[in-house]
Amino acid sequence: MFKKKDMIFMAVILLLAAGMALIMHYSQKGSGEIVRIMIDGREYGSYSMKENQTIEIRNESGFNRIVIEDGSVHMEEADCPDQYCVKHMAITKTNETIVCLPHKLVVEVHAEIKENDIDSVSQ
Amino acid sequence: MTKKIAYSSMLVALAMIFSYVEVLIPFSFGIPGIKLGLANLVVVIGLFILKPFQVFGILVVRIILSAFMFGNMSSLIYSLAGGVLSFFVMLLLKKFKGFSMTGISMAGGVSHNVGQLMIASCVVENLHVLYYMPVLLVAGLITGMLIGIVGQRVYKHIERQGY
Repeated sequence: MFKKKDMIFMAVILLLAAGMALIMHYSQKGSGEIVRIMIDGREYGSYSMKENQTIEIRNESGFNRIVIEDGSVHMEEADCPDQYCVKHMAITKTNETIVCLPHKLVVEVHAEIKENDIDSVSQ
Repeated sequence: MTKKIAYSSMLVALAMIFSYVEVLIPFSFGIPGIKLGLANLVVVIGLFILKPFQVFGILVVRIILSAFMFGNMSSLIYSLAGGVLSFFVMLLLKKFKGFSMTGISMAGGVSHNVGQLMIASCVVENLHVLYYMPVLLVAGLITGMLIGIVGQRVYKHIERQGY
């Protein structure tokens, strides 16, 4: 059923996946402090992870409710057709993301505040 | 020529039924967004019994029609990106020799997911989406393998009976 080249291909892909997963694991250092929401590649806003809060976004593509609770972020509700973002587990570590593809919305966790972000942080 | 068109459209219909079955009964693997891709069975087997051009036609027509019937415009872009990329990767590997149908199908599954993720990261203009890559690579490998194993069994019968 499997030929030699099939096995080589399988091994290469598995190694590649494992390597990428390892790199990503080590780039996710500790819990993040800032939640940044990007819509269509542009920053919508940054929010502190330390504060429990609910962010509701309603625009031409639809509705999303993002909840920050005890240092973790999850998508509480969205009216996108696939609901993948709602099913996604809560994220806590830096560089973790939740993507709502139909709404072109990305929720990212970052470690600290960049200089030019201070204005947009809601405290 | 007529026979060719009739045969192609029959395979398009078959692939669309596979797409529909997957809409009715999603074969999910516990990870949202990952599906088996039953319709690719037609493409994988097609590569072994038909001319590449004909398979490509079946693929594109199937994707456009099922996007109109069961999906939407954005799903069309993703399916097209994944489908076309995986078609060319599978065609290339078939020319290389030494790969079985399972291997070719695995490469197809992997490249399908890679193509879709590329489009996704363009759509949201965010490279962080690539964090899903390891999961999608392994998922493509598994779904491709399942399709390949089934394809090999089907191909044996087609070969014996002619088509």
